[in-house]
Amino acid sequence: MIRIQHEDFDVGAEIGRLRAGNPKIGAVASFIGLVRDLNEGTDVAAMTLEHYPGMTERALEAIVAQAKERWDVYDVLVIHRVGELEPTDQIVLVVVAGAHRGEAFAACEFVMDYLKTEAPFWKKEATAGGVRWVDARESDDAARARWEQGS
Amino acid sequence: MKLRVLYFAALRERIGRAEEAVEVPATVGAVGELQGWLVSRGEPWASAFAETRRVRAAVDQSMATAGTALHEDAEVAFFPPVTGG
Repeated sequence: MIRIQHEDFDVGAEIGRLRAGNPKIGAVASFIGLVRDLNEGTDVAAMTLEHYPGMTERALEAIVAQAKERWDVYDVLVIHRVGELEPTDQIVLVVVAGAHRGEAFAACEFVMDYLKTEAPFWKKEATAGGVRWVDARESDDAARARWEQGS
Repeated sequence: MKLRVLYFAALRERIGRAEEAVEVPATVGAVGELQGWLVSRGEPWASAFAETRRVRAAVDQSMATAGTALHEDAEVAFFPPVTGG
C-alpha cells in the first residue's frame, strides 16, 4: 500500500494494521525518515516537500512491485508526507512484513534506496540564511547501484 | 505535435511557470530533442536548463531518458534529481 499525505502518521497503528489477520508474518522490518534540524552545517527552520501528483504514486508502486518480485514478502507499506514540515517531523515510513527477517530487512532497505533516487519528491529547506533546494547526494546513487550488481 | 510540459522544483522556479502547452515540429520526436527545442526558444528556458545539473525527465508519468519517444498529447515533465525520503 502506498500513501502520499500531508498529515503525520502513527507508526504503531500502521504496523498493527499491516500485521492484522496474517499469522504467517514472522518478521516486520521498518524505516522512518525524519527532518533533521541541521543540513550541511546550517540550521534548518522548516522544510517543504514538493511532489509530482500522479507520478509519485506510480513510482512508489513500481518500487514496491520490484521489491515483492525480488523478495518473498507478504506486504509492503510506504507512507510519504508532503507539504510543510519542521525539524524532528516524520517524513517517510516503510514497513515490510515477511516470514523471516532476511527478506524483510533487505526489501525495506531496497525500497528506501530506490525511493531516494526514483520517486519524484523535492525538498526545499528554509534556513536563517534563506531558502534553498536540497541537492541530491551521490551516496544515494551509489546505494541504489548496489542492488543492481547482483548478490 | 502538441505536448503538455511540466516543470518541478528549482527548474520550475527558474522558468517561472509550472506547466505550458507547446506545439513542436516533426523534428522533435524524443525527450532530448524537446529539451533542445525549449532551450532554443531562449530565456527563461536556456538559463534554467543550463543552471540545473543533471536534468531528469518523465513521459506520461514514467521516468524517461533523452531517447524516450514522444507522442501527440504526451505529458512531459522536466525536473532536477529527486530528493525524497
